[in-house]
Amino acid sequence: MNCSVCGAPAQVEVRRRNRAFCAEHYRAWFVGETRRNLGRHRMIRPGDRVLVAVSGGKDSLVLWDTLAKLGHPATGFHIQLGIGGYSERALVTTEAFARERGLELIVVDVRESFGLTVPQLAEVTGRKACSGCGLSKRYLMNRVAEEEGFDVVATGHNLDDEAATLLGNVSHWQLDALVRQGPMLEGREGLARRVKPLYTFTEREVAAYAFLAGIEYQHEECPHAEGAKSLLYKDVLNRLETRMPGTKQVFLEQYLKKVQPVLQEGLAEGEVELRRCERCGQVTTGAVCAHCKLWDRAYARAKKRRLLPEDGRFDPRPRVHRLEPANEA
Amino acid sequence: MKVILRTPHKEERELAGPMTVRELLERLDLDPEGVIVARGRELLTLDARVEDGDTVEVIRAISGGGA
Ligand code: SF4
Ligand SMILES: [Zn+2]
Ligand SMILES: [Zn+2]
Repeated sequence: MNCSVCGAPAQVEVRRRNRAFCAEHYRAWFVGETRRNLGRHRMIRPGDRVLVAVSGGKDSLVLWDTLAKLGHPATGFHIQLGIGGYSERALVTTEAFARERGLELIVVDVRESFGLTVPQLAEVTGRKACSGCGLSKRYLMNRVAEEEGFDVVATGHNLDDEAATLLGNVSHWQLDALVRQGPMLEGREGLARRVKPLYTFTEREVAAYAFLAGIEYQHEECPHAEGAKSLLYKDVLNRLETRMPGTKQVFLEQYLKKVQPVLQEGLAEGEVELRRCERCGQVTTGAVCAHCKLWDRAYARAKKRRLLPEDGRFDPRPRVHRLEPANEA
Repeated sequence: MKVILRTPHKEERELAGPMTVRELLERLDLDPEGVIVARGRELLTLDARVEDGDTVEVIRAISGGGA
C-alpha cells in the first residue's frame, strides 16, 4: 500500500476515508484535520486562553502537541488522583512532556486539596471510584478554568470515546445526555467553553499519530477502568468498524447532524437556571453543588473512621501548583 | 519472528513467518481496529509482510475509563 500523497510506502491506512499515508504525510493530515475541526466549530477564538486537560495518556498528550503545532500553546491541567503507582507514573509522564516542549502545566492533587485520594473517597462513600473521580475532575476543571482566567477547556476525546458514549446513551435513551453530547459546548457565566478537537479521529488514528510524532505517553490503564462499560461499547463498535469501515463516524456525525437538532427542539425547555453554590461559589443548579455534597458526606464518614481529624472540615479550594517553562533551566 | 505485545501489559511471543500483518493479528485474535503494529520506528499497514527475523510490536490503541 502506498501513500495517497507522495506514493512512498504507506504506514497508516485510513480506511474510512479510502486513504493511506507515509509517516510525514500522516502527521500533516492529522494536524490539518485538527485545524479543520477547530475552525468548523470555532472552538478557539482570537485571544482565547486555552486550558487542556492532560491525564498523561495518548489522547490528551496528542491534543496538547497538536494545539501547540497549530499556534495555540495551551496550558496543561493535570489532576493527581492518588491512585497508587498509576497516578505517580502519570504525573512523571505529563511533567516530562511539558518540560521537553516548554509548555506551562498546572497540577492539583486531590488529596492535598481535599484530604482524601480518589480510592479513599470511593471507600468512605461506598461509591465506585469513577463516580467520585469524574465529579471531582469536572469540578476542578471548571473551577481552575474560571479562577485562572481560561476561556476554553479542551479535552482529548476521540471518535471512539464519543461513539461509545452515544451508544451508551442510546441504549438507555438518556435524553438529557443525548441533547448535550457534542464536540463543543458553549461557555456560560462561570463555565468555560468545552471543546473536543480530536472528536473525528478514531482511537487507532490517535495512537498512530502519537507513535509517529514520538510522543511518550502512559500506556498503563487506570486499574479502575477494568471492566468499564465504555470498553465494551468500544469493542462492539470496532467489530462493526472492521466489517464496515466508517460506521463509527457515520453513527456519531449523522446523530449530531440529523437527530440532535430534532431532539433539542422537541425538548426545548430553555436553559436551566444556574446559581452559585452556597458552600464553594461554583456554578450549580441547586443550593449546594454535587461536589460539596459528596465531600461533606465523605468527611462525616471519614471522621467516624478516624481517617480524618475530628475538627476537619472540607475546604473546596484547590491547591494549585504551577510548572512554569521559564523556571526550568 | 518476535512479537512484543503491549495490550497494554508487556508480553512476548514467538511466531513463525512470513505472513501479512492482517494474518498476524488474526493469529493473535486481535481486532485490527483496536491496535497499531510497528517494526522499529515504522508503522505497518495490514497488507505489509513480516518475516521470520523481524521484531514486531503490537500496541493496543483502545483505552477506557469510567468518566
Ligand atoms: S477509570 Fe475511573 S477512577 Fe480511573 S481515572 Fe478514569 S474515572 Fe478516574
Ligand atoms: Zn507521503
Ligand atoms: Zn460547591
